[in-house]
This record gives sequence, C-alpha cells and structure tokens, in this order.
Amino acid sequence: MDRRESIKSIIIGGLTISALAEACNAPDKKGAATDHPNVLARRTFDFNRMPEELEHFNRIKDLIFFNEAEMATITILADIIIPRDNVSGSATDAQVPEFFQFIVNDMPEHQAPLRDGIKWLDDQCMNRYKRPFKDCRGYEQMEIVDLIAWPDRVKDKPKLAPGVAFFNLMRNLTATAFYTTEIGVKDIGYIGNTPNQWNGVPDDVLAHYKLAYSERELKECAHYS
Amino acid sequence: MGDLQIKKESKKYDAVIVGSGAGGGMAAYVLANAGLKVCLLEAGPMFDPKKDSNQLRNPWESPRRGAGTRFRPFGDFDGCYWGWEIDGEPYTQTGKGPWKWEWWRARMLGGRTNHWGRISLRFGPKDFKRKSIDGLGDDWPIGYDDIKPYYDKIDRLLGVFGSNEGLENDPDGIFLPPPKPRLHELFIKRAATGIGIPVIPSRLSILTKQINAERGQCFFCSQCGRSCKVYGDFSSSSCLVIPSLKTGNVDLITNAMAREILCDKEGLATGVSYVNKTDMKEYQVSGRTVILAASACESARLLLNSKSPRYPNGFANGSGVAGKYLHDSTGADMGGIIPELFDRKRYNEDGVGGMHIYSPWWLDNKKLDFPRGYHIEYGGGFGMPLYGFYWGIEELNGAYKINGKQKEAGGYGISLKEDYRYLFGSHIGMAGRGESIAREDNYCEIDPKVVDKYGIPVLRFNTSYTDYEINQAKHMSETFSEILHAMGAIITYGKDNGPKNNYGLHNPGNIIHEAGTVRMGNDRKRSVLNKWSQAHECKNLFCVDGGPFVSQADKNITWTILALSMRTSEYIVDQMKKQNI
Repeated sequence: MDRRESIKSIIIGGLTISALAEACNAPDKKGAATDHPNVLARRTFDFNRMPEELEHFNRIKDLIFFNEAEMATITILADIIIPRDNVSGSATDAQVPEFFQFIVNDMPEHQAPLRDGIKWLDDQCMNRYKRPFKDCRGYEQMEIVDLIAWPDRVKDKPKLAPGVAFFNLMRNLTATAFYTTEIGVKDIGYIGNTPNQWNGVPDDVLAHYKLAYSERELKECAHYS
Repeated sequence: MGDLQIKKESKKYDAVIVGSGAGGGMAAYVLANAGLKVCLLEAGPMFDPKKDSNQLRNPWESPRRGAGTRFRPFGDFDGCYWGWEIDGEPYTQTGKGPWKWEWWRARMLGGRTNHWGRISLRFGPKDFKRKSIDGLGDDWPIGYDDIKPYYDKIDRLLGVFGSNEGLENDPDGIFLPPPKPRLHELFIKRAATGIGIPVIPSRLSILTKQINAERGQCFFCSQCGRSCKVYGDFSSSSCLVIPSLKTGNVDLITNAMAREILCDKEGLATGVSYVNKTDMKEYQVSGRTVILAASACESARLLLNSKSPRYPNGFANGSGVAGKYLHDSTGADMGGIIPELFDRKRYNEDGVGGMHIYSPWWLDNKKLDFPRGYHIEYGGGFGMPLYGFYWGIEELNGAYKINGKQKEAGGYGISLKEDYRYLFGSHIGMAGRGESIAREDNYCEIDPKVVDKYGIPVLRFNTSYTDYEINQAKHMSETFSEILHAMGAIITYGKDNGPKNNYGLHNPGNIIHEAGTVRMGNDRKRSVLNKWSQAHECKNLFCVDGGPFVSQADKNITWTILALSMRTSEYIVDQMKKQNI
C-alpha cells in the first residue's frame, strides 16, 4: 500500500454512520494522519490551463486548512448527510471530505463559516455531553444534528441560527462534492456528456406528458437516422 | 506562427489588425483570402479548440468540480481565458451614481467567441432607424438593405440554424434545420404561446448539418461554452483565424498588448506599437491600414491613448465621441421548478449548447412605459452536475410532496438523497435581453492616474441606467412570472425582483454586449466613423468590433459585428485596388 493509499484508508476507512459509534468509543485513533494531505489537489491536471491557473493551483494544492479533528468532524457530518443506501455509496466513498480540504483553499470564503461552525458544534456538545462532536456517541451526534438540520423547526430559536447556517453549508457542499463524482453522477442519473444525435424527446416520454411535436416541427427540425 | 518578433523596420503589411475575435477574425479572413498581407495582433495566447477545448470532461476531473474562478468566471472547463478581472490589468469607475460598468475581457486567440452563446440574430429594418421611430438615440447611417447581403454571406459561410418566420423585425435567414425542443421547452412553448408570447426555434451558429470539409457536425453535448473540438459551432479561432492562417497571408502575433496607433504628419495611420507580454519589450508593426477589433472599449482605449500633435484628443477623435455612447444589453432573470417535471424518466437531453427555442420581442412600445424591446432566452432540463448542484435544497425539499410525502425542509440522509433524485431535471430559467438607449453620458475615458502592468493607461467607466431600462426590466419580471405561473411552476430565483433591486436589472456590461464607443454616423462632429466603419479623420483607420454600433437592438450583437466587419473588409479590399488607401 503506498503512502497515499494508506493515509486514505486511515482517514476514510470505516467512517460510515454505523461504524461511527464504535469509532467514537475508541478514544485514541491518532497517528499517521497528522499531516493529512490534500488528496484531490495531488491529481495532476491533464486539461487546458493557462499558466496563471496552474500557478494558482500549485500555490494552493499543498495547503492544509483543516486539522485532524476538524476533518474527523467533517467526515462524520458528510456521511450523515449522504450515507450509503441501496442506490449508491456514501460521502466518504466519494471522497467528499477530501473535497472540503481542497475547496477551502480554492474558495477561502468557506474557511471561516466552516471552522466557526465546527467550533459552534463542539461547544454545544461540550455543554451537553462534555465531549467534542467527533467524540460523542452516535445517538448524541444525531441528537445535536437534529437540532440544526431542519431550518423550519427552529425559526424562532435564534440561538440555533449559527448551527442551522453551518449545517446548510455542510449539506450544500457535501451534495456538490458528492453529485459531481462518478458515484454521484450515476446516482442522480445524468446520462449526457457523450456524442449523440438529438431526435427530440423520446416518444414514450411525450406520451406520458400528453405532448406532441407539431407537424411543422416534425417536418422542419433536424432529424438523424 | 505564434511568437514572431517584429522589429521596428520590419515589412509593411497591407493591414494591421488589433484583436482576433469576431470582428478581427472576419477582417483577417476576408483580407487574407483577397491576397492582402495581414499582421494580426492578439493580446492573449494561441488557442485552437481542436486541441485546447475541455469538451466532454467530467465534473470530477476538475478538483473544484467545474466552479468558476477569476481566471474562468463561467466555470473551470469554460473556453474563455479571463473575464471580469485580469491580473495586472485594472479598470476603474468614476463612482457617480449607483451603477458600475462590469467589463468582460478575453485574452486568447478568437477572444470571447470561444465560449459565447452562439445566439446569432440579425438586426431588423427598424433596429437601424430607432430615432425615426421613437425620437431617442440616433439612426444608423445604414439600413437593413445595406447589411442584408453580408448576413446572407455569413449565414452560408459560418452556418446558423433557425426557422423562417416572416417576422417584420426579426429577418429570416439562410438556416440549417433547428433541433427539436427539449421537454421543458415544450412546456415553456405551450405556456408562453397560451398567453400570447411567441416562441420560435432559436437561431444559433451551430452546425446541425455539416457545411464543409473543415468543420464537423454538432454531436449534441451542449458544451459550446467550452469551445468545440470538431469546430461544430462558430468561433473566430476555429472558423476564421485558423483558416486564414492557412492562406499564408497572415502573420499572427500572440501575447501582443497593443499600446498605441502610430501616425505620420498627415495624420494617416502607419502601424501599431505593442508590448510583447513575454519579454515586456515594445515593438512596432507597420501597415497601410490599421483595423481596430480589440472590443468596443479596448478599441476606444487605443484611440484615446494614441495622442499626438495631429490628434491631441486621441486618434481620429476630433469629435470627442470616442468612448461615448457605451451601452450593453439590459438583462434580468427569473427561474423556478415545474412540479410536473418531478421524478422524470432519465435520458440524454443535452442537445446543442444553449436553448432550442426563444421568444423574439412581440409588443408595441407605443403602449408601454419604456422604449425598445427584449427577447427571452430559456434554460433548464437535465444538466451536468457541477459545483453548486441543487445548492439551497433546504428551500426546495420542504415545499413540495416528494414521492407523495410532505417532508420537512432541509434534513439529511437517505431521505435527502431521494429528494435530489426527485427534483433533478425540473428546473427552468428565463433571461431577458433587451435594448438600452445609447447615451452620450455613458462613457469610458482614460483614467489619468492608473496604468496597467504594461504601463498603458487604463479605462475609467461612467455608466448608468434610467427609468427606460428599469421599466423594461420590470416588464421582463412580470412576463417571466406570468409564463412561470402558466406552467404551474414555483419561482425559486428572481421572485424578489422589485423597486429595491431595479427589478433585477443587471449592471451595465454584465450581459457582455459592449458596443457604441467608436460609433459610425454621417455627421463627423457626432461620430468617429463613417458608414464604412472608416474614421472620418483618417481614411486608413477602421474599427470592426462592437465599437461602430449606433444602437444594438434587442439582439445579441455578434452576427452583426461579423456582417459589418465583412462589409468593411470588402470595402478595404476595393479601396486598396482603387488605390484610394
């Protein structure tokens, strides 16, 4: 196993929700992962770039913003947001946590809201459970997540507003990261991005919506056989 | 090709062209094919879509998942280098009033035509004579009949699909067959025509049929914005400049940032000085004619920066008009989701890069509180997931029943994954693109205090909108609401358009149709160019970008830039033959 692979297995391995309760009960899992690499940024571009773009990329690709504890928190939350189901894998299966580590250096505007949000979450957990979020038991984590994951429930509780805003950002970034991977694209069912010939909406779909092309459209529009 | 270095005493070209976008590319193409020797200056690097396009890349190939950057504001795979900002090349604003000019600049062979929307609309007969109709702005010194033969020629040369509708002010053309509407477009068509808004096939310069051996037919990936590897759509790089290089009559100098137009004592243009961005040294290239095609604002900047005893007010700018009458299309947007399209059957509906249908302007301004019209562009459907995919799901997934169940907004987990699947492909968007009035007090000028990293003084902008444009944007918003309502859609963006945000009217410049700064006219005191886009004061200086436009209609300007550039270029060939220049 090369270094990259071994680090990947430590950071990603086993952090599905079901495994989390267990992991959280094993207090000392530190070790080789202290210098968490920016895995996504280590990929080389093989598509068209200006020199200025490459320079920017090379400047940020080795930056590590989130520490190990923050990454553990992001990983747990990402897998709560996008768990494995009978259609597709989980956020960690799609390397969503690694996306967070990269994107905050590419889009620094996400740094403070994410770091402050994790801090807010940990403070809440310290008050309630005497442990930071990542070290809480699974049911405790879900209890706190349920406080901030449903914006309409807490509209009249301004104290929770920072947590709601943080979880909204986590949800949106996690979904962006997940649905733009091969796993996510397959899940959502986007089947374009390939050479084809457009002959219009399939007949069964037209029939389903009780629609039809006009005679003029059928006569004048492009048709390919 | 590419890095040719030219010393001051180099050969004299028949023409030096500044800029390789639509206008400059067309000029190079016409002149080179007429056997004239051309030097083409481009401020950016070489770009050949065949090799350099990011077409068919998947979202995960970009570490930022296709998100825009300041290098590529329209996304990581987009086909345009730079955009609203360029490192080391600032521009400033006078700061009078609330509006800011937003200036898009491309730096690459072919300019912004590598990524543009390919919307290729002819101006109609009324569009050249607006002052005669409503008393505002000015009439052009030419009419539709003057430009029609050139529209016909570029339709054949470059290819455009569409349908002949016999509309008075949206002239028919020589069209390739249009693609059939997509599902959401059939919904839009039914809803809009039901409330009296016409919907017709869009007119895009994309090859639904092959037109020559050099260019392939569209293969429906919807990614024209990335530029096309088979040259299946029109870009100046693929369709004009690269073919013109093959004539052997064009020397292309890339990374050449033009500084000044040079002239002799009589005031004739003798060439152009430029900074080679690679070695930061200055070079001069000389020609019998100089043709500006650097973009409306960059061409005005060149004129204003070219001061001499003969032209103390800027080159050929005795009128003081250079830089004035700057205008853009108006723009406002709205969108929503159509519950009828929830939980759609999946299939490939990428289609061409852009809409298959659109709405040309359909009303009579005499009955409205604003002059000039707008057209409506439509978007939607299954798009490639990219950065920002269903961002804001918490605003959507509590608002509708999903698979028959009313859920709470937000959430997480397996239920959330179900929501994304359920909603995918149900979005539609509408964008109005209208005509603003070109005004003398909307201008760019040289900022006396700021230079770019090449030491060239930069532009300072002073632009604003009036009630005419704001009322037009209000009308757009009302129309979009009506169409969305007729479709049973729920509005997700643009719903807050109102007096506080000028009904969603974008800043001038934001629609990227800059025009008017080097305008043509019969009165040399009120225009820089004559009806041939030839400077009144200097017979061998021409401008062929958006600069010459007196007004820009409610139509995207590229097709007219191309037609005018072809007309001017043929005029130059003719005048050179007659030894008038």
